[in-house]
Amino acid sequence: MEGLISLAVKAVFVENLALSFFLGMCTFIAVSKKISTAMGLGASVMVVQTITVPANNLILNYLLAPGALAWAGFPDVDLTFLGLISYIGVIAALVQILEMVLDKYFPPLYNALGVFLPLITVNCAILGGSLFMVERAYDFPEALTYGVSSGFGWALAITAMAGVREKLKYSDIPDGLQGLGITFITAGLMAMAFMSFSGVKL
Amino acid sequence: MVQTRKSQLVDPLIDNNPITLQVLGICSALAVTSSLNVAFVMALAVTLVTGFSSMFISMLRNQIPGSIRIIVQMVIIASLVIVVDQLLKAYAYEISKTLSVFVGLIITNCIVMGRAEAFAMKNPPVDSFIDGIGNGLGYGLILMTVGVVRELFGSGSLFGITILPTVNNGGWYVPNGLLLLPPSAFFVIGLLIWALRTWKPKQQEDREYRIQSVEAH
Repeated sequence: MEGLISLAVKAVFVENLALSFFLGMCTFIAVSKKISTAMGLGASVMVVQTITVPANNLILNYLLAPGALAWAGFPDVDLTFLGLISYIGVIAALVQILEMVLDKYFPPLYNALGVFLPLITVNCAILGGSLFMVERAYDFPEALTYGVSSGFGWALAITAMAGVREKLKYSDIPDGLQGLGITFITAGLMAMAFMSFSGVKL
Repeated sequence: MVQTRKSQLVDPLIDNNPITLQVLGICSALAVTSSLNVAFVMALAVTLVTGFSSMFISMLRNQIPGSIRIIVQMVIIASLVIVVDQLLKAYAYEISKTLSVFVGLIITNCIVMGRAEAFAMKNPPVDSFIDGIGNGLGYGLILMTVGVVRELFGSGSLFGITILPTVNNGGWYVPNGLLLLPPSAFFVIGLLIWALRTWKPKQQEDREYRIQSVEAH
């Protein structure tokens, strides 16, 4: 249990997907203009992440890993090279389902997210979460914890970023830095702030 | 087709750069630029994947049903990335270890997907291939520029060859450790965008609020 808690804290702060691995940057920069939209997107990323990481963990352990197909009578088969294609398949299918659910039950959120909802499929944070899970060989409870907390970390980062940008638009910025430029520099400063967590030993 | 093939290839380098203007494919641009070797391999991989995926998607564009096109595109891109991944593991194992998950993340690199959606679905294969290569090169250009700055000033070398001898090795250059850390990539790209937009004012964004001077009474 302690291991899981420290894993969660680590995934939210020390190894924040957005600010220390730069995953999901495209949406992070593009959708962080308003706090409400950013929170909506953050929440949907968290939901998708919570489902996909454990789901991919099951797929890896029961279908793809070397010897995983022993239950089906193929103990020598190693399908790990199919990993990428199956993870992205799971993610794409889930995002499609999430899109339909949001469209039916939460139309305002659906309209606010607009084009960025299908883009969750190509949000590197989601695939990145699954790939980190594979690389670090998490078991199922760990994968579940990692999914929830890394999604939460990403949501936290994008909401904070949107808060900063809402204030930032009133400030006097050189013309060339306007918009994208200053957003990058702000993100850099936030990443430095998050780096100070890396001294925390768990 | 009004655009000529040459402008298709050259435009994405500066005038319509995927990173600085279209805001696509930033994730990997930040994470793999601390040394030039890695940045170069990454740029090459992305350029090839973008070019070929655009070409294949464009060949199939009339057969792909609209409602499931994203999944079909993903499958094509993912297959290409698996090929790249296996090649890297076979011939450049060290670099593939450093790139770790970022090779897999080429799948979700918005440039590949963005070009497939915006260009390859509407244009014939040859044009799409050139467009994909052009955008990959534009991405590579930024990646290499950031890589040069970070490696030269962060560890005093380029491609691992010492240019500025550092103090630790008996030289005179005190390396700037910040440039090896992740946040510096944000600053370098931010400043790069600033420089680029000062050079080409057409790319500047409008501000939402203007400061107005009020006469004092």
